[in-house]
Amino acid sequence: MAKITFITTDNESIELEATSGSVMQLAVDNDVPGIDGDCGGVCSCATCHVHVKPEHMEKTGEASEIENDMLELDDHVNEYSRLCCQLEVSEALDGLVLQVAESD
Amino acid sequence: MSLNFSKDKICVVIGASHAGVNFAFSLRKEGWEGRIILFDKDPVLPYHRPPLSKAYLTSADAIDKNLLKSAEAYDKSGIELSLGVTINTIDRVAKHVVLSDGRLQTYDTLVLATGARPIIPPIKGLREASNVFTLRTANDVERIRKAMSTSVHKKVVIIGGGYIGLETAASLKKLGASVTVLEREERILARVTAPEMSDFFEKLHASNGVEVLTNKNVVSIAKQANFNQVMCADTTSYEADIIIVGVGVHVNVALAEQVGLDIANGIKVNEAAKAATDIYAIGDCTSHYNPHYDRFIRLESVQNAVDQAKIAAAAICDKKPVYNSIPWFWSDQYDIKLQMVGLSTGYTKALLRKEEGTQIKFSIWYFKNDELLAVDAVNNAKAYVLGTKFIKNKTKIDQLKLVDPFSEFKPAALMIK
Repeated sequence: MAKITFITTDNESIELEATSGSVMQLAVDNDVPGIDGDCGGVCSCATCHVHVKPEHMEKTGEASEIENDMLELDDHVNEYSRLCCQLEVSEALDGLVLQVAESD
Repeated sequence: MSLNFSKDKICVVIGASHAGVNFAFSLRKEGWEGRIILFDKDPVLPYHRPPLSKAYLTSADAIDKNLLKSAEAYDKSGIELSLGVTINTIDRVAKHVVLSDGRLQTYDTLVLATGARPIIPPIKGLREASNVFTLRTANDVERIRKAMSTSVHKKVVIIGGGYIGLETAASLKKLGASVTVLEREERILARVTAPEMSDFFEKLHASNGVEVLTNKNVVSIAKQANFNQVMCADTTSYEADIIIVGVGVHVNVALAEQVGLDIANGIKVNEAAKAATDIYAIGDCTSHYNPHYDRFIRLESVQNAVDQAKIAAAAICDKKPVYNSIPWFWSDQYDIKLQMVGLSTGYTKALLRKEEGTQIKFSIWYFKNDELLAVDAVNNAKAYVLGTKFIKNKTKIDQLKLVDPFSEFKPAALMIK
């Protein structure tokens, strides 16, 4: 079981729990505003962009090449950016805090 | 945000796939306070369709791993799902729909998200043949998986070399089938891509052991005791334990036709997804006006379904949205990721940009003179996002630099100042 907190662009904090699946699916199932996951989790749409809380980068690791490429021209990209469809829920993510990125 | 006018109103949505479901949630987000009722004849909780021919087909997952929204999400947003139900008629004067079980459901606003259905070509013997499948629903995949698991020789013939056919070929190959794709045109993906891209995918499939044959017009199928004999106009024939038909779709417009909506290659809607007073239409079933292209377009894609859903929801809630999205698509076959943006229709030249390195990584850029129309990017998300930005902004591009793999792949380096 991992507890994951999403902070929306309106600064609302949404705390969710899951044992499996992607972090994007967790957000979509719970209607976290700003996480759409239109492509279903195959890194094709970039509608699940989050900023990992800097001190939690160890939990998630850095973005993969395709995530970086998909976000390269995004106005809100930074070194903590991830596409959360690429994050699998596991114990390792327990306590993770993610800021939902603004969309262009 | 609340919208008082909507309090006692009912919005009925016919079709609960990408368009209908996204619409329902968007409408709630926009502040609609009345009832939202989704109808679909598919009895399964709405799911993602693109993975059906890709990762979902090869997995052992049940459909609950592939849902658009969880059952609780509908409850939480007060969205009523009525599944396994067909709508027989619409009465625009009385403002109600008639269900297949005879029940009436009144509406104030009606949204048609009726989608499309696979074409069953008039091939002699197709109906009598065994193990013939289309691939559009979760149930189709269930049946294909079952046929695969019980088939001894796993000989598969796929009729149609479009995206569905090719993705299914790749997936079934992965499941151990021996696969032949029969394409009627002289190249696969003829309708949607440049010859270079068709060529690439033909070779990709060949190198993965899938036989892709073009100029193969299937004319008849003879059912034998344990298999089917698929016969082509050129007198060649192919044995098949399983036949997959992927030759395009018919748009579901019967209901729209019945109530006199304007139909031309889909239900005609304006830039706000409106078809008529109190009636909207979204997704695959629409032919929509797109100001970016200044013409009517019909698209079969998740992007179009989702974006039109948001537009219709905003329009119903008294915003003034304009649908001017640039279309995008994707396809996954083997370890190749194809991402496409724009519409290449009417292109006058296609330029190839190949990246250095051992990995397959390239993109094809479609121009009409100096205007960029579309980009097909293979294992190259960077090309895809660059293309998206350029097309949106109608940026003029230095074509010599574009095809030079040593020029920097960045907006500033490629733009004509």
